[in-house]
Amino acid sequence: MFRIFTLLADKIVYDWFGLTPGRHFSGAVHFFIEDTVKIFFLLSVIIFSVAVIRSFFPPERTRRFLLGKKVLAGHILAALLGVVTPFCSCSACPLFIGFLEAGIPLGITFSFLISAPMVNEIALILLFGLFGWKVAAIYLGVGLLVAVASGIVIGRLRMERFVADYVWQLQMGESEPPDLTWRDRFQYAVDYTKDILRRISLFVLAGIAAGAFVHGYVPQDFLLHYAGPDNLFAVPLAVFLGVPLYSNAAGVIPIVQALMSKGLPLGTTLAFMMAVTALSFPEAVILSQVLKKELLAVFFGTVAAAIVAVGYLFNFIM
Amino acid sequence: MEIKVVGPGCANCARLFELASRAVEELHIEARIEKVTGLQEIMKYTMNTPALVLNGVLKHAGKPLPSLDKVKELIQTEIR
Repeated sequence: MFRIFTLLADKIVYDWFGLTPGRHFSGAVHFFIEDTVKIFFLLSVIIFSVAVIRSFFPPERTRRFLLGKKVLAGHILAALLGVVTPFCSCSACPLFIGFLEAGIPLGITFSFLISAPMVNEIALILLFGLFGWKVAAIYLGVGLLVAVASGIVIGRLRMERFVADYVWQLQMGESEPPDLTWRDRFQYAVDYTKDILRRISLFVLAGIAAGAFVHGYVPQDFLLHYAGPDNLFAVPLAVFLGVPLYSNAAGVIPIVQALMSKGLPLGTTLAFMMAVTALSFPEAVILSQVLKKELLAVFFGTVAAAIVAVGYLFNFIM
Repeated sequence: MEIKVVGPGCANCARLFELASRAVEELHIEARIEKVTGLQEIMKYTMNTPALVLNGVLKHAGKPLPSLDKVKELIQTEIR
């Protein structure tokens, strides 16, 4: 199926560029062209398909799905919907209010808000491309697990009184955006794919600009020195260091690749990646608009604990 | 026309404001464009920001943002 990319690269390198097959240089150019075209083709197809799927799950509809679900089913559904529901990071607070306003339990709302930044299709594609399908599947599984478990804990603690008081008094407007036609969905998917590819291209370029550059980062050497395989406290330390750093899932993966190539165990690396994407100071500042500090602390503590547990689990079983 | 760009003020909100301004300019219409950034005000319209509200009616919500042509189309439909 992927042979067409080899043939295309043959055509470009040997016919158009006129390079001789079998040399180091022509081999490298061939590899570069074949892989670049293949990866960008796959990315475009997958992102486009995911975008079409996403267009069916706007937050307004996700909220309706979550209404009146049984506890466990609600948490699992919320974590899954967090993966496919598209929303801008700036709408975390409005969504939080909107969910509670509609009567969705606090814990289920958190399951949604935790899974959304941590598990997304770009992270999965990149992990798949760099480490194979197993690591990608593991990341999806544990990401959902962390979101479900943390949400359940927060729900059980009955922290509703630690939501900012005004949240319960707000009156929601009931307006919904108009329904999408298929033309809208495709337009949406095209825009979405363009937007993502623009960001991914930078990642690919950064990747080509050599591991050497990435490896040269001081924080990583620091991290490895203290968080290598021999250190029992490596997992909590990776989480502790991951919190002040903030990046989206696509941005943190080059760092993750560098960390793993330098011998950091998978569990520690996954923990670091989850901490960077799911927990951050800017996010805490934003959420403090709707959460009192007790609930904010419980949110951070619970998610951090769940991530640490997952890190240990994977270091143990791998 | 009264145009509201609803959202706390992230990069996407700024871009939507930019789109709305350009649409108004290119369509040569009279319009007042206003940012709605307070949480309580935002919740009157949507929980899915950034959003575009024309004459008090929600026309677009959330990511990804509409294209410039789409914004123009929404505005023109609203004028008629």
